[in-house]
Amino acid sequence: MDISPFFFYLFAITAVACSLLVVLKKNPVSSAFSLVLVFFAFAGIYAILDAHLIAALQVFVYAGAIMVLFIFVIMLLNADTPSFDMGRSHLAVRIGGGALCALLFAAFVYAFKNSISMPTPGAFTPASVEAAGGNTQVLSELLFSEYILPFELTSVLLLAAIVGAVAIAKRKLSGDQMAPAAKGRA
Amino acid sequence: MLTQVEPWVVLSFCALIFFIGFAGVLVRRNILIILMSIELMLNAVNLTFVTFSKQLQSMGGQMSVFFIITVAAAESAVGLGLVIAMFRTLRSVDTDEIQMLRE
Repeated sequence: MDISPFFFYLFAITAVACSLLVVLKKNPVSSAFSLVLVFFAFAGIYAILDAHLIAALQVFVYAGAIMVLFIFVIMLLNADTPSFDMGRSHLAVRIGGGALCALLFAAFVYAFKNSISMPTPGAFTPASVEAAGGNTQVLSELLFSEYILPFELTSVLLLAAIVGAVAIAKRKLSGDQMAPAAKGRA
Repeated sequence: MLTQVEPWVVLSFCALIFFIGFAGVLVRRNILIILMSIELMLNAVNLTFVTFSKQLQSMGGQMSVFFIITVAAAESAVGLGLVIAMFRTLRSVDTDEIQMLRE
């Protein structure tokens, strides 16, 4: 692939190191900030893969909106309370989970390395995308012609998600009725 | 020195990030970290789509990523709403505390 190896490995090593921190850090706030770095590294990789619109969306939506939501919830739940200081998982779960993931990862690498890829190149060569006005224009024209139905369905999905999130997170009477049961058990 | 990045290296990098996220879902007990690991897995899949889009010179992959990002935003909004509801009921974010159906 005709991409810059230096920038690819720079972003890839950053992403791997920070995603390990996300999983291993005990404090959720440090995990969240490592996750922001992972999102920025991914945006860089999208940019060197010529997906400029996706790179911009990654920064706006993930590093902007979703991370603000995460940080907001962590602060709202008050990370200093002892409830965040839970013990680690069982040792067998940790070793088994790690081994399973390493095994599956090795299988994927083997498959990717040995698969015979004979890509039949599509119509969107870098030159033709450039001639048609760039990545963003080509993608937008597709979005509002060929992919118009999923695009409209997405708006319905977002509306449902907004209503659902408010309905779930809202303080309601049944929540107060369940609280004494939880207290009594604790 | 490395002068070229082979496609399988990029795809293996995506798989590595995916399985780091998968390990996080399996091993961690804090539900916020589990949600963050799910975001990691979604990002790894997005990067796989973009890599194939570049390799096959097709725009379908980038189109899919556009919709996956939207669905991920909706998913994290609802997921964090559930976390807040769980914290209000149980006073904890530990997934081992969710055992009301067992009693």
